[in-house]
Amino acid sequence: MQAIEVHGLRKSYKDLHVLRGVDLAVPAGSIYALLGSNGAGKTTLVQIISTLLSADAGQVRVNGFDTAAQPRQVRESLSLTGQFAAIDGVHTGRENLILLARLRRDPDPERAADALLERFDLTEAGARRPSTYSGGMRRRLDLAMGLVGGAPLVLLDEPTTGLDPQSRIQMWNIIRELAASGTTVLLTTQYLDEAEQLADRIAILHDGTIIQEGTLADLRKLLPPATIEHVLKEPTLEDIFLTFVGSAGAPEGA
Amino acid sequence: MSIAALHDTRILTGRSLRHILRSPDTIITTAITPIAMMLLFVFVFGGAINTGSSESYVKYMLPGILAITIASGVAYTSYRLFLDMSEGMMLRLRSLPISRSSMLWGHVLTSLAANAVSLLLVIGVAFLAGFRPRATVLDWLAAAALLLLTTLALTWIAVIAGLSAKTVDGASAFSYPLILLPFISSAFVPTDSMPSAVAWFAENQPITAIVDSLRSLLTGAALDASIWVSVAWLLGLLAAAWVVSLFVFRSKTRG
Repeated sequence: MQAIEVHGLRKSYKDLHVLRGVDLAVPAGSIYALLGSNGAGKTTLVQIISTLLSADAGQVRVNGFDTAAQPRQVRESLSLTGQFAAIDGVHTGRENLILLARLRRDPDPERAADALLERFDLTEAGARRPSTYSGGMRRRLDLAMGLVGGAPLVLLDEPTTGLDPQSRIQMWNIIRELAASGTTVLLTTQYLDEAEQLADRIAILHDGTIIQEGTLADLRKLLPPATIEHVLKEPTLEDIFLTFVGSAGAPEGA
Repeated sequence: MSIAALHDTRILTGRSLRHILRSPDTIITTAITPIAMMLLFVFVFGGAINTGSSESYVKYMLPGILAITIASGVAYTSYRLFLDMSEGMMLRLRSLPISRSSMLWGHVLTSLAANAVSLLLVIGVAFLAGFRPRATVLDWLAAAALLLLTTLALTWIAVIAGLSAKTVDGASAFSYPLILLPFISSAFVPTDSMPSAVAWFAENQPITAIVDSLRSLLTGAALDASIWVSVAWLLGLLAAAWVVSLFVFRSKTRG
């Protein structure tokens, strides 16, 4: 069973050919990373999958529904968290979640909001406006708003861009928990280590097409077999940073 | 509109109304400039203006002041809509299984509520400045309906501006000509005191008809054809602005 099937997808903006025939299959229940540099077309692809943009050619099916013919069913079965935090700044964090829960027809919006606040370590911050949050907290609230309603498929467009290392690892843990609970996750990233850390399968989007696709092991096989070399393992700057400022997941911004 | 669309509209109107309740200054700033103008005209210029009637000047010019209040009040609608479009909130709403028209109607209904409060504030100050209408309850109801229709039509024009603006300043700039329009009408001085070309424009633009009908209603004078001219203008503007809004919304949100 595929959560997302994309066939021959094309999209241009005037003379700029962003997607030139993309084929993609995201298996249900997996974490799938769409890897590409800035401007590779990742956001365009995600927006077409989530019905925000229409394609010039090709077909997209989400949980069996056609994005062009059944956009409402597609929107019911997925949630999108975009690159820019889509949060109402006048409402508190909790009110933002309640708003989404009501729009998603949750029978008990307040309880749904409180459950998400707790899950995302925002219970205390829930009564405040998002303008008082740290970047990591805003991103967590944004993701929590996307998860209201419990859609079986979650699209995350660059979920960790701009986050500090601790918030980044915290976000990774959240994504792993999501997948462990059976949710399909499609995430875009420009960070190689993020794809390596999280993804069951990885697709590399370059110049508007998928140039490689497979598990990490599949992709490794594309290069000559590893040779054994003895090198001195120096700690990376990230190791040093995390050692001195404390491990990931520590409360922040409170 | 379907039941589901009404449900979505109710929720999004609640969201937008909360913006106003959290920043009531937007209602006060909407009301304060027209109030200042009204006081200026009544207590500074008014003595020198001959309206050709024995009625008090505040009674003569209040309808024009109300038109200015609405014209400046609807600018907040385009401002809020512009923020939704530019800050990602509209993307989030569009990714949800909710009715698309509710994303606009939430702002429009909020505009009706906010402008009603601003208009009441201005009318309240007019009473303090000596406004003593001779209107019956029925006249008041008709005046309220006309003001509501005016707000609705101008709000849909504001929706076009909010959807198509590229900067936050651009979003509200459309309201300046609307605010000036009452000055080139019968709102503050009779049109026959103007040079003939200006008078022709003033007599044939919608504000004159609206202001004349409001004045007749509030002074208890006999209604003339101006009420039907106003309603025709407003329904026409409303229909045109609504169609253009939906067209712009569709083209902005379908890439």
